[in-house]
Amino acid sequence: MSKFRKDDKKETPPISTAALPDIVFMLLFFIMVSTTMREVTMKVKIQLPQATELNKLERKSLVSYIYIGPPQQQYQAVFGSEPRIQLNDAFASVGDIQDFIVAEREARDENEVPLMVTSLKVDQYTKMGIVSDVKQELRRVNALHINYSARKRVEK
Amino acid sequence: MPRKLPEYNAASLADIAFMLLLFFLVTTTMDTDSGLERRLPPPPPPDQDLSQQPQIKERNVFSVLVNKNDQLLVQGQPMRIRDLRQKAEEFMANPSNDPKLPEKEVKDIPFFGPTEITKGVISLRNDVGTTYGTYISVQNELVGAINDLREQLAQQHFGKAFKDLEEPQQKSIREIYPSRISEAEPKKVGKK
Repeated sequence: MSKFRKDDKKETPPISTAALPDIVFMLLFFIMVSTTMREVTMKVKIQLPQATELNKLERKSLVSYIYIGPPQQQYQAVFGSEPRIQLNDAFASVGDIQDFIVAEREARDENEVPLMVTSLKVDQYTKMGIVSDVKQELRRVNALHINYSARKRVEK
Repeated sequence: MPRKLPEYNAASLADIAFMLLLFFLVTTTMDTDSGLERRLPPPPPPDQDLSQQPQIKERNVFSVLVNKNDQLLVQGQPMRIRDLRQKAEEFMANPSNDPKLPEKEVKDIPFFGPTEITKGVISLRNDVGTTYGTYISVQNELVGAINDLREQLAQQHFGKAFKDLEEPQQKSIREIYPSRISEAEPKKVGKK
């Protein structure tokens, strides 16, 4: 009777899946850290224009967003289909921009105010009239550092 | 003798983790925000007299007009957007000292010594009806022209890409090719 004889009747043991949750949790943490939550609900449709000379927005906490584009389908009955301005979660008019920028400034630390950037997310088929109005308002409140949001153009 | 605890089944833990993972995948945005960075001019003082503005010589201005049909008029001639970059580079660099292209002024620049610096200004004016997409393409070409020139100079003088240079070196190059894109004050509708 040999001690080394294999027990042929034994079944193969089931593969342990105990490490699988660990792997998934690792993925989960990676995604939680590398992404940001969507903080506003978009009420306007925006298709960004394309460009090649892009700068990345470095500090997201110092960026205020102004959205301009035609309202989404469900709001068109009330607001029409012409491009509108959206600030935070609501439709706004050009006159509201100064208050918006002032409110954004008050929410930040005082010494960070000069570093603030205004990102203009504008639909590419919008006419310049409304964009120029917004720019004039921004100049009036001295929010001069702006960023025209755009997608990277893939060279053919 | 203590009884061995039965191993619990961890198979569904993975499912729960996947559910969380999917939730985060759906509610988050991965895209890094990027765009064309510009600085707006400060607001004009209210008592500014428009007639006493410093006059800029015509040869120093590169005028770009965009009309409501998204057509370009560059230096008085119609042009396509794809030719704009080259034209703007030619204007800002003025390699052959063409009397029709902008004047140059000799200035002492660190790392370069006395260098001729262009006095050229790019002036961009758009119509109220210009499409934003076209406006951005035009801005992109103009910014691109200046970036190209800086890149060329960086390669020529330092043998490195502009973004790899030290801050003072970048500053000198920025001084040689300043980003002077001026946008006209939008005209009031009532005056038209």
